[in-house]
Amino acid sequence: MTPNLNLWLIPILPLAGAAINGLWGRRSSRQAVTAVALVFSGAAFAMALWVAARFWSIPLPYQEFLAHWIRSGTFTVDFAFYLDQLSLVMLLVVTGVGFLIHIYSVGYMGDDPSYYRFFAFLNLFMFFMLTLVLANNYLVMFIGWEGVGLASYLLIGFWFTKDSAASAGKKAFIVNRIGDFGFLIGLFLLIQHFGSLTFQQVFHSIAPMSPETAGAGVLTAVGLLLMVGACGKSAQIPLYVWLPDAMEGPTPVSALIHAATMVTAGVYMVARSHVIFERAPMALTVVAVIGTLTAFFAATIGVAQTDIKKVLAYSTVSQLGYMFMACGVGAFSAGIFHLMTHAFFKGLLFLAAGSVIHAVGGEQDMRKMGGLRTKIPVTFWTMTAGTLAIAGIPGLAGFFSKDEILWRVYQASWIYWVVGIVTAFLTSFYMFRLWFLTFFGEYRGDADGTAGEHGHAAQDADRRHGHAAIHESPPVMLAPLVILAILSGVGGYVGVPGSLGGGNRFDRFLDPVFRSTTPALNTQHNPGETNPPEQQTEGPEPQTSHATELVFTGISVVAALLGFGLAWTFYYRDPQLPERVATDLDGLYDAVVHKYYIDELYGEVFVKPLVEGSTRILWQGVDQNLIDGTVNNSADAARHVSDETRHMQSGNLRSYAGWIAAGSAAIIAFMIWMGVGQ
Amino acid sequence: MVPLSYYLLLSSILFACGVAGFLIKRNIITIFMSIELMLNGVNLSFVAFAAHWHRLSGQVFVFFVMVVAAAEAAVGLAIIISVYRTRETLNVDQVNLLKL
Repeated sequence: MTPNLNLWLIPILPLAGAAINGLWGRRSSRQAVTAVALVFSGAAFAMALWVAARFWSIPLPYQEFLAHWIRSGTFTVDFAFYLDQLSLVMLLVVTGVGFLIHIYSVGYMGDDPSYYRFFAFLNLFMFFMLTLVLANNYLVMFIGWEGVGLASYLLIGFWFTKDSAASAGKKAFIVNRIGDFGFLIGLFLLIQHFGSLTFQQVFHSIAPMSPETAGAGVLTAVGLLLMVGACGKSAQIPLYVWLPDAMEGPTPVSALIHAATMVTAGVYMVARSHVIFERAPMALTVVAVIGTLTAFFAATIGVAQTDIKKVLAYSTVSQLGYMFMACGVGAFSAGIFHLMTHAFFKGLLFLAAGSVIHAVGGEQDMRKMGGLRTKIPVTFWTMTAGTLAIAGIPGLAGFFSKDEILWRVYQASWIYWVVGIVTAFLTSFYMFRLWFLTFFGEYRGDADGTAGEHGHAAQDADRRHGHAAIHESPPVMLAPLVILAILSGVGGYVGVPGSLGGGNRFDRFLDPVFRSTTPALNTQHNPGETNPPEQQTEGPEPQTSHATELVFTGISVVAALLGFGLAWTFYYRDPQLPERVATDLDGLYDAVVHKYYIDELYGEVFVKPLVEGSTRILWQGVDQNLIDGTVNNSADAARHVSDETRHMQSGNLRSYAGWIAAGSAAIIAFMIWMGVGQ
Repeated sequence: MVPLSYYLLLSSILFACGVAGFLIKRNIITIFMSIELMLNGVNLSFVAFAAHWHRLSGQVFVFFVMVVAAAEAAVGLAIIISVYRTRETLNVDQVNLLKL
């Protein structure tokens, strides 16, 4: 007898919170709104913990049927939830980090006039995200997928009176639609070929199939289309452009949606569909290549950004690239491991950045910060923990997960590894650049900290109470920072690899998910790759590789330290140096600062032709000429005909009589001609 | 015996004359007389058929038509007099107050 976990409660709780705050929040007091938002998201977290506690005592995977949705012939889709190790990890990350960020938002959004609206949206996001990770079929997942896109749109454009925020929201939504389109087509293909969207049924029918080494089969097509969806949601090349703009939203939103949870949905989806990808080596290669390129590309852009949140945004894109890189070489558990640690340290970094922005009165430009180390010590120390974690300094969460990924991708191809290690160096560099610029040196902003007057950043953080001086954030904001800092510190110890004396427990925990249907992995990599990926499902790796792995670990630590050293040279020891280097590398630097003109390129290649085409052809051509023209011309024609024929109605009695006589004559003539009566 | 077609031909000539007069003439009294002519054209065909088929109903109809024509003449002439008094004309084209 399977125990009933009542999984449905977990997503429903935040939905109830969203409904209550959305419907009655306007008239409620702030305390009531806060209470509703925190109680419902906290209850979801508590439920998730309870489920986790009972996790080992139930048969897996656990499924929960709620209701029938679509039943058409043999094709059925149900509202049903699915719990296995993978969903549990996502569940805990989403509810846990989500709850912490709810707490933080109480302080951060405290003065916003739309306080209730913010929490309603945030709870709504939690609902959709939990639906996404708990779904037992692709269609319910798609509901969550679209829902988080909606919540993301609403929250990016939260300050919708600001033009840039409104258009950033639109951009995010539209770019996501492109990805969703691919996802949807992939689902249609699944229905056509497997007659089902339920994970277990689809994977069951795929399991006996052998990998499509020839390169172009159904599974490859499905895999590529799903990857298009993942590219949109998880901000990978070529659809990453929305994420940096999404920083227009409030900082807690950036932390929750655009760093910790929603953007990782693509990684989750790819990992969830691992059965498909494992049998579509070409799609898998595409995933790895896209991930690798994105990781490197975004990291280089991050190096030259001056907006503190933009740096973190490009960093997020880059780290997501790492996750896809891992998935692309078949190391799904490594990708999910990095997803989890990334949720901790990137959530932390964003929240800490929010705390910094709060402290300096809404300023987001790092060039106007500096020397904040002593003024906001708690933020400084928590941000330090996050920076060290993402840079890959040994002992913190990011080190273990990134190292795991780098080791895995090396086993697939050394090219991935080289790009990965360079990216690791860049990551370390830009993060320590941020760290030095923000916390060290002299304070470069306005003396009294009323920086909130200028720049587009003015609206973020507390706009109204004029900051008299730089000050530390309230405890309600610091508590989540500290908790996340601790998690960033120790979160990696669940997955210490064998080479460092650990048992890689995280990998083994996820093992049942990824092993159950894994085909022979030797056949699923490129012919050109020399090192076949090790079968990840074997327990501890052979002892002989430990030495090699340690060497690689050493190299990545060196890369991290090099990044630190370079940042130290540039931004601490010799603050004039960056400018000189920038002048020397004129063209390159310019390109990087302008994000390689990708936005401009997209504007020219896609947006402008579309707008032009819509204006010239669809609006002026089809709508004005064809549709309006047809309607107007038929109206004109009717009027002209009427103008002519109304002369019949002259009002002259004798002309009427004439018509009658003529009509009668005509009828009689007709009757005679037809021979009526004979 | 005169064949039926002769009567019918005369009847339709009378009716056509009435229609033509009605359409062409402008004097209201002439129009009135044209109407009488049409009625009598019809009357002629009624009685012709009645004689031809040896049925009385055609003759009965003629009486009805005559009665209606008499009543119409009474009312119509009264209207004509009244129009002449107010408009001081018998030209129907000038009696156009209701026309747009």
